[in-house]
Amino acid sequence: MSRRPELLIPIVFEAGNTAKRNVASWRSNRPLIERGLCTNCLICWIYCPEPAIYLDDAGNVQIDYDHCKGCGICAEECPRKAIRMVVENV
Amino acid sequence: MQVSKLADLYGREGLSPGHSACQGCGATIAVRQVLLAAEPPYIVVSPTGCLEVISTPYPFTAWRVPWVHVAFENAAAVASGIEAALKVLERKGVGRRHKVIVIAGDGGTFDIGLQALSGAFERGHNILYVCYDNEAYMNTGIQRSAATPPGSITTTTPAGKRERKKDIVSILVGHGSPYVATASPHLWKDLTNKVRKAQSIEGPTFLHIIAPCPRGWYFEPHLTIKLAKLAVETRIFPIYEVENGRYRINYLITRPRPVEDYLRVQNRFAYLLKPENAALLEEFKRWVEERWSQLLKMAGAFPA
Amino acid sequence: MYSLSSYRLMTGNEAAAFAVKQADVDFISAYPITPQTIIVERLSEYVSSGELDAEFVPVESEHSALSACIGASLAGARVFTSTSSQGLALMHEILYIASGMRCPIVMAVANRALSAPLNIHGDHSDIMGSRDAGWVLVFCENPQEVYDYTIQAFRLAEHPDILLPVAVNLDGFTVSHSSEPVSILEDGVVRSYLPRRERPRLDFEEPASFGVFALPTHYFEFKVEQEKALRRAGEVLEEVSAAYPNRAGRLVKLSKFNEDGRIAIICLGGTAGTVRHVLKHYDMKDFSLISLKLFSPFPAEGLLDALNEAEGVVVMDRATSPGAPLPPLASNVAASLYEAGARLPLMSVVYGLGGREPTLKMIVEMLEKARERMIRGGPGVSRMYLGYGGG
Repeated sequence: MSRRPELLIPIVFEAGNTAKRNVASWRSNRPLIERGLCTNCLICWIYCPEPAIYLDDAGNVQIDYDHCKGCGICAEECPRKAIRMVVENV
Repeated sequence: MQVSKLADLYGREGLSPGHSACQGCGATIAVRQVLLAAEPPYIVVSPTGCLEVISTPYPFTAWRVPWVHVAFENAAAVASGIEAALKVLERKGVGRRHKVIVIAGDGGTFDIGLQALSGAFERGHNILYVCYDNEAYMNTGIQRSAATPPGSITTTTPAGKRERKKDIVSILVGHGSPYVATASPHLWKDLTNKVRKAQSIEGPTFLHIIAPCPRGWYFEPHLTIKLAKLAVETRIFPIYEVENGRYRINYLITRPRPVEDYLRVQNRFAYLLKPENAALLEEFKRWVEERWSQLLKMAGAFPA
Repeated sequence: MYSLSSYRLMTGNEAAAFAVKQADVDFISAYPITPQTIIVERLSEYVSSGELDAEFVPVESEHSALSACIGASLAGARVFTSTSSQGLALMHEILYIASGMRCPIVMAVANRALSAPLNIHGDHSDIMGSRDAGWVLVFCENPQEVYDYTIQAFRLAEHPDILLPVAVNLDGFTVSHSSEPVSILEDGVVRSYLPRRERPRLDFEEPASFGVFALPTHYFEFKVEQEKALRRAGEVLEEVSAAYPNRAGRLVKLSKFNEDGRIAIICLGGTAGTVRHVLKHYDMKDFSLISLKLFSPFPAEGLLDALNEAEGVVVMDRATSPGAPLPPLASNVAASLYEAGARLPLMSVVYGLGGREPTLKMIVEMLEKARERMIRGGPGVSRMYLGYGGG
């Protein structure tokens, strides 16, 4: 539809490409999900600022560790306390 | 369509990860929820501010939806132009209408952007204007705005702000907007349904969302959602909507928590809790009470 | 063959509005300011009567006018606005953004003095204060040129190798409010001269981010590329004007009168008409006139060609650059001469500030002074304020 000119213009055509950036180095604490407690209710996902939480093919909540900055909101808000924060190994 | 469960929203992400927002950023949580709810096709306009800077460092963009930034004080004017242009382009068969959604911070809304906002609402453009309110100029390093609450320390109010927060909702109700509402990201169902409602109404609508900022409010980043909840439960940030001038309190807080519960966890209010500043704390409480009773009166005078 | 439908008696402002109507503009946003107001009044009437199918957004400030124009332009619309003086100054921030975001907006500027003191009359201080904003700057001598150049401005702005805004300048009152018969094209002829061309736009199906920020790693390249595009506009203009159906109305970089004159008078806008009249009727054979139509990108090459046989130049600026060695036009001319290694005597004349219109008598006085200084004086720069001190 719209023509992409050959000119160098400050437009980014590749929508959402920050997903290619890895921001894991921001993290000092890592969220870990206790599978036995998690009900995949998605509360962690709706409160994630990134989002760095997704459902895998089996429908289980997973953490995207390339994009999680380790804020800990998910652990704080999980209604079943199924996420705990552990210090990153450096 | 009503949002009733989180699965209704999953997979509608408008913002990609990998952006540069701080740990625990309340603004990006709010923005994510707005975009998860928004019905396509839409275009997002942002003024200069945290959101713009964290999302679009060339050659990257976090936006998975059409997005534009022009300057700091003119988001509502830019939105007016897009909205009006698409109307005529659709008429001429060379374009189609989109809902235009402005997502702006408090500085770009309460202060420098107020003239353009007023103009756009007075002219009645079909836009949804969302203000994520982190109560100061966070992008430039925590300076006071008209949205900063009384008592708050910022880098330009080192002894605490003396003035009350500007009542932006009343200003927009005064423009005759058909729908003006407040929301909090901890109440995701209320927030997302308000986005749907505001989007479905023809004309300029406004959503004022509290967006706790760990960096600027000086609290631990895992507490962002807790802070939003406390602001609501202490009646500091009431959740209500005004539809065609009729007020409705969506979360009637019958037994408010003491405001100290909210103030205590943020260092921006640290000095307010010192015994020698008891008078300032009283003034803060008076501000909260007066606003709440005013709201009750409005809701009673104009029952929904 | 072009189709000449008729002549119409129009002021410069009316000619601008009429051209915009024929250009089938989609979107107009403006704020009232003297002396451009009539342009948007006429356009409002065209939109209201249905003669022009466009959205007219009467905003609350010029800052918002240009901001709305950027939004509309990025939505894919053909966009027009107009302003003057303080309005242009209020737009200043957004002027740079319109060009930096490569929005092909066309704006008429009815040139007027800047405050303080407040003055509603003509001079070029407004646009010269914005000359580095990266816009193509065109100057018109009369309503006919306003009409022709406005139409051509859209084709130049929207050219896929350019994508830059164009400001069409007309002197406040002397051109904006003076009537003359204007030769107009048929609507259909203008339509086919201005076909719609695709460019990147805001659309949900092809989500792109416009107005992103650039760090030191990229900013410099963007700005240099933008400058190159502006320079390219000089070349593309030749193609754009060659295709314009009315040969007599083609937007040239400059026009010359009295080819054989030894001393060249260089000026912008309506003043050229006054100077031409003096040269013609006062038997001033030793002077030539160069009326510059394009100020940015500055047509240095064309100017040097036109100055080939000249022994001196008189540069008339209707603006000052306080603190600078020379006012804007004289500065550009001097730089062009320097680049060519030509050291011609140059007389820099500042005139007409705040609407003190140059009379025939003033022009004669200027020419006599020039003759005296250049023929007897030799190389170097001299300065004069024409009409200053009691007029």
